Amino acid sequence: MELQTQTRPKVISVLVLEDRIDAASAIQFKERMRDVTGSGDQRVVLDLARVQFLDSSGLGAIVAVKKLLGPDRVLELSGLTPTVEKVFRLTRMDSIFTIHASLEAAVANAANA
Amino acid sequence: MRPMPDPAANGARFSLGFPADPAEVRQALTGLLAAPAVSTLVDSDRGTVELVLAEVLNNIVEHAYAGGTGPVEVDLWATASGLNFQVADAGNPMPEGTLPDGHLPDFLRSGDGPTVLSDLPEGGFGWHLIRSLTRDLTYARQGGRNLLSFAIPLDG
Repeated sequence: MELQTQTRPKVISVLVLEDRIDAASAIQFKERMRDVTGSGDQRVVLDLARVQFLDSSGLGAIVAVKKLLGPDRVLELSGLTPTVEKVFRLTRMDSIFTIHASLEAAVANAANA
Repeated sequence: MRPMPDPAANGARFSLGFPADPAEVRQALTGLLAAPAVSTLVDSDRGTVELVLAEVLNNIVEHAYAGGTGPVEVDLWATASGLNFQVADAGNPMPEGTLPDGHLPDFLRSGDGPTVLSDLPEGGFGWHLIRSLTRDLTYARQGGRNLLSFAIPLDG
């Protein structure tokens, strides 16, 4: 599970460099996310622009990451591809996460937060 | 023996058998997406097929065979309104002999959000997705096998 992180003063962005987060990779994804987000207090933007496929295990792992970060740390998403967007919409998880069209939009929003 | 398709009613049947295992499921999905009736679909429909099959097959790995393994067989064929699927495994029967209802928690259905973070579910989305994206979902236990059949309506 390859992740590319970029740390800014107010936000850590994490680009997932895999084309799927599924049952075979969900646990590894969750552990890698815990490693890269560390113990800072920045908000986290998870950029899913390269992820073409997410199943319910992958969705569960993203929810788990939100819980790991705790109530005081914001996790936002960006760059949902069509099938990934469908999973968030059908499970109503699009009402739980703030979803930005692109990483740039998410970072600009964080800078003004 | 597999029932022969009725050529007047159905398109050609595509069958794939494989062992229940997460890595095998990934490979099987690739094979199923390459089936002629699926590979020619528009992207959004192909995404729906991949999602439904992934959820069904993951359930077989995680629950029907619960940590063990065994054979899985997927049959699919095109109809006038979409694609029909039959998925068979020889694992444990469904609890109570019926499919999970796949209801989302009330706070998600109402859009109110959870009162506390720990209320957010990390699982239980699979059957909700399957039920949302399929029609004519039926389950039977026959001769020691689970038989799940469903149709996926197509947009494209």
